[in-house]
Amino acid sequence: MRILPTWLREFVKVAADDRQLAEDLTSAGIAVESVQEENGATIYEMDLTTNRVDAMNHYGVAREASAIYDVDLKPVEPKLPKPKVRRIAPPNISGPIGMTSLTEQMEAAAATLDTDAFPIVIEDAQGCARYTARIVRNVKIGPSPQPVASRLELLGSRPINNAADATNYALNELGHPTHAFDLDLLEGGTIIVRRAREGEVLKTLDGVDRKLSTGDLVIADEKKPVALAGVMGGFDSMITERTKNVLIESAWFDPATVRSMAKRHLMHTDASHRFERGADWGITPLACDRVAELILASAGDELHGGQIDTVARRAERASIALHRSEVNRILGIDFDEDEIQRILGRLGFGVTRNAEGDFRVQVPTWRLDVEREVDLLEELARIHGYNQFPNTLPAFTGAVVTLPDEPKNAKVRETMLALGYDEAISITFISEQEAKAFGGGEPLAIANPLSEEAGYLRTSLIPGLLDMVGYNLNRGNANVRLFEAGEVFEKLGDGSIEDERRHLGFVATGDAIAKSVHSLAQPHTFFHMKGDVEELLAAFEYQKLHFDDQTPPYFHPGRSARALMDGGTVACFGQLHPDVAAARKFRQEIYIAELMLDRLYRHSLCEPRYQRISKFPTVERDFSFIFDEALTFERIRSAVEELRLAELQQFVPAEIFRGEKVGPGKYSVLLHTEFQSNERTLRDDEVAQWSAQIVAKLESLGGVLRAQ
Amino acid sequence: MYTVPKLEDYSAESLDRAANELRKALESEAHDVNTAAQFKEFRDRWWSRKSGIKAQINKVWLGNAPLDQKPKVGFWLNLLAMEIEEKLEETQGAVAVYESALTLAAKEDWTGVISRPLADRLDISLPGIQRPIGVKHPVLRVMDEIVAVFKAMGYSVGEGPEVETDYYNFESLNFPPNHPARDTQDTLFIAGQESKPARDRLLLRTHTSPVQIRTMEQQPPPVRIVIPGKVHRNDPLDATHSPVFHQVEGLAVDTNITFCDLKGTLDHAMKALFGSSVKTRFYPSFFPFTEPSADMQVSCIFCGGKGCRKCKFSGWIELLGCGMVDPNVFDFVKQNGYDSSKISGFAFGMGVERIAILKYEVEEIQLFYEGDVRFLEQFA
Ligand SMILES: [Zn+2]
Repeated sequence: MRILPTWLREFVKVAADDRQLAEDLTSAGIAVESVQEENGATIYEMDLTTNRVDAMNHYGVAREASAIYDVDLKPVEPKLPKPKVRRIAPPNISGPIGMTSLTEQMEAAAATLDTDAFPIVIEDAQGCARYTARIVRNVKIGPSPQPVASRLELLGSRPINNAADATNYALNELGHPTHAFDLDLLEGGTIIVRRAREGEVLKTLDGVDRKLSTGDLVIADEKKPVALAGVMGGFDSMITERTKNVLIESAWFDPATVRSMAKRHLMHTDASHRFERGADWGITPLACDRVAELILASAGDELHGGQIDTVARRAERASIALHRSEVNRILGIDFDEDEIQRILGRLGFGVTRNAEGDFRVQVPTWRLDVEREVDLLEELARIHGYNQFPNTLPAFTGAVVTLPDEPKNAKVRETMLALGYDEAISITFISEQEAKAFGGGEPLAIANPLSEEAGYLRTSLIPGLLDMVGYNLNRGNANVRLFEAGEVFEKLGDGSIEDERRHLGFVATGDAIAKSVHSLAQPHTFFHMKGDVEELLAAFEYQKLHFDDQTPPYFHPGRSARALMDGGTVACFGQLHPDVAAARKFRQEIYIAELMLDRLYRHSLCEPRYQRISKFPTVERDFSFIFDEALTFERIRSAVEELRLAELQQFVPAEIFRGEKVGPGKYSVLLHTEFQSNERTLRDDEVAQWSAQIVAKLESLGGVLRAQ
Repeated sequence: MYTVPKLEDYSAESLDRAANELRKALESEAHDVNTAAQFKEFRDRWWSRKSGIKAQINKVWLGNAPLDQKPKVGFWLNLLAMEIEEKLEETQGAVAVYESALTLAAKEDWTGVISRPLADRLDISLPGIQRPIGVKHPVLRVMDEIVAVFKAMGYSVGEGPEVETDYYNFESLNFPPNHPARDTQDTLFIAGQESKPARDRLLLRTHTSPVQIRTMEQQPPPVRIVIPGKVHRNDPLDATHSPVFHQVEGLAVDTNITFCDLKGTLDHAMKALFGSSVKTRFYPSFFPFTEPSADMQVSCIFCGGKGCRKCKFSGWIELLGCGMVDPNVFDFVKQNGYDSSKISGFAFGMGVERIAILKYEVEEIQLFYEGDVRFLEQFA
């Protein structure tokens, strides 16, 4: 929205220049986003918060300036000629309509109504609280006078004709939307504000036929709807060059009603924008007179009858108690009584002081955003100036609490960084196809997704990581190690609850060790991935860690594993299935891993434990065995573990060969053992006995001892 | 100087003790051996066939052993002898290195310093062997910095779910149903929620503010929390928009919190984050869940306030929204001790990407979410 400082200076005498005025308004919360020059005029581009609809016009901004500089605000007093009335001779009721004299004014208006000539009926008092109208006859529709047209142009609107421009000009001046009908196109000599009937159609000013329903509030004549209340006028009753007589509408429509209509018809107009946010119930007579004045000044000839002001319900604001103690408790400083009275008075609030030095504050009809004492505190603070308050630090009596997962998240992250993975963040959404392929449960769909490919919440971190791998490979980054810790989502139970779990995903491709002058490149393999998983899991307390080959179908079936910690799955990792890789046009092996952190975090972090380092010598023994291919190292390891040899400190495979010498379907493994005691030097015969036990155990698995 | 003692008895403890004393002596004597001459002396003392320590332990320990213990002691002495022999070999090797270095030193006319052999010299100007370390994501790195500042001011970390209910994301934060302020949030909704009451319908949280209510439901006042988290909006990814971004939210509630405290706390935090010369200023703003509400600006961290491209030549950068907690928000947690006539509080929230973009001069927000390692690895 634009504001012309010259226009608002018609209402307040401000010594500050346009730039200073803009700054001072901004400091008080009436934000001037930019100050520009156009055709010799200064223009403010405003950026007002949605709650300050009352200041989205020149008079409203002028009122703020009057509070900021403590200067008088000039009243708006339309000068209207004596109306010509055929049957009754009414008194002149033109004049300012202010809050204090409102009732009086309305009584006067009621007494002078030419209601027989043009009755207004409000059937829906909820939707329309007030409808004020005037009739101007014998108008000459044509272009607006230059001052009006040029101001509208500076504000960015295109002048149309003197009647339509008058409503637009008044809107920018006073902030109240009004509408002008061609009186002769209204049938039956009446205006009815009512709900639309199912199936009624109204062609709006933009030329679109709108199918109406009972949710719509319309302005109707005796036969048909002629305007969509508070949103847009009707095409068939609009002012044209042929218009002779005009009916000015200045009404107050309910915000929720207008909002729902604007939404239903996908229309956002200046009028709906204001009504949705709450217009000024008290200003309808003044706005009506101002439009009449403008029309008469350029096009009119004759004011017909008095003001017709129909009030279906009153919407004056309540008064609020304001305590000085509360001002101090929330804002932190004392305001003197005069300052309180001055600030609120200038803003149009009625302020009365009581015996205790506290206040009763009457809220004006245009300040729908002010309802409570705390809202008044904001008025005081912003006009006083936020930056005039001192900066203090509060004392605090509570304690700092650490979330249970904080140290675990930190440990996992620190481990991934130490292992050489870069931290990444991917977009949370995946396609339906991905949601089905990557994830066990039922995915959560988004009702209004960004795109079809982003229709679901991710069920796994893998698709996002693969996208990022693809991005890198396409740009020639062949060595990629990335990790992401984040939430994955799925439906639980019957689908009415959502489950959100923290996972860790990581991906590696290319070289684990880069080629250099010192060594050859070493590509990433399954066992690099397994080592990284083991490193992560080693930070947690557990009884038993076990790996098997039960992995989801997007893993290479022979090169992937699942890690179970004390029986619960905590990770799946391994090579990406070649078909999945091919579908994404990856030409190198991709290794992926996903850890279910929610499950892993059921285990506590390891507390370091010190063990005395043995002073006694280690005895080493190597065994060379031949086994069937089907026999895994896990079987060998657990068989030896079953022997429960306390002095067996190490049991690792040292070398593995396959080939002609070993024979088909077999492999040879060199097993390295180390024995050591904390208490004594081990004897040869003991070691010999344990070695024999190990040999016997491995032979029972079908192993053939080749050398010892 | 070590001499071979007589053994009191032949228990395992006694044998272990004797062996340990011998090993200690062997180690310390070996340590003092440098030259070939010293080595000869050392070898004779331990290994000489007639009078060496090895011969003595055979004579004294095995000779005096009870007859039935002799095989065990003999086996044990063999092991000890092997240890002595190993130590002799090791010492001889060390002496050889030392001697050859001396020779070289003499040849090259170096004085005093014993140098490594020339033949082993490396081209130390070649690049080192690096084991790459991963890099923290720039956005999370900035988020960590912000959180650390508030932790140091006594704030605990709070968290909440990314999929929220309408109640926590809007209603309890004083966004009534159908309120225009909801439109500004570009909310992504979860499908299939029509059968639920409006307040239970699920959506992707549009701000971290729901955690304010969740925390106050769990914990009576006083409260001081800082909430880092991910939020979502219906904005397609491009140079200036992202459907995913991060916020850090803060909340302090107690019996004594004022608007001056809000200003002072944020001023202090900005000085901790950007340096003590940074200034702050506050403007009235509007958020449904705070009253009074404010926008905070910091003096431009790039030009110091003189005006530059980054601050659009204003000298100031808008950084966060804040305000005093609206009494309507406290009303939702009144049963848990939040009586707005007795307590007060402030809240603030800032976009992390915005700060990261300013700080690192990243031109396009989408760079944060593409995972390009050439981008990420610049933030090491
Ligand atoms: Zn700057």
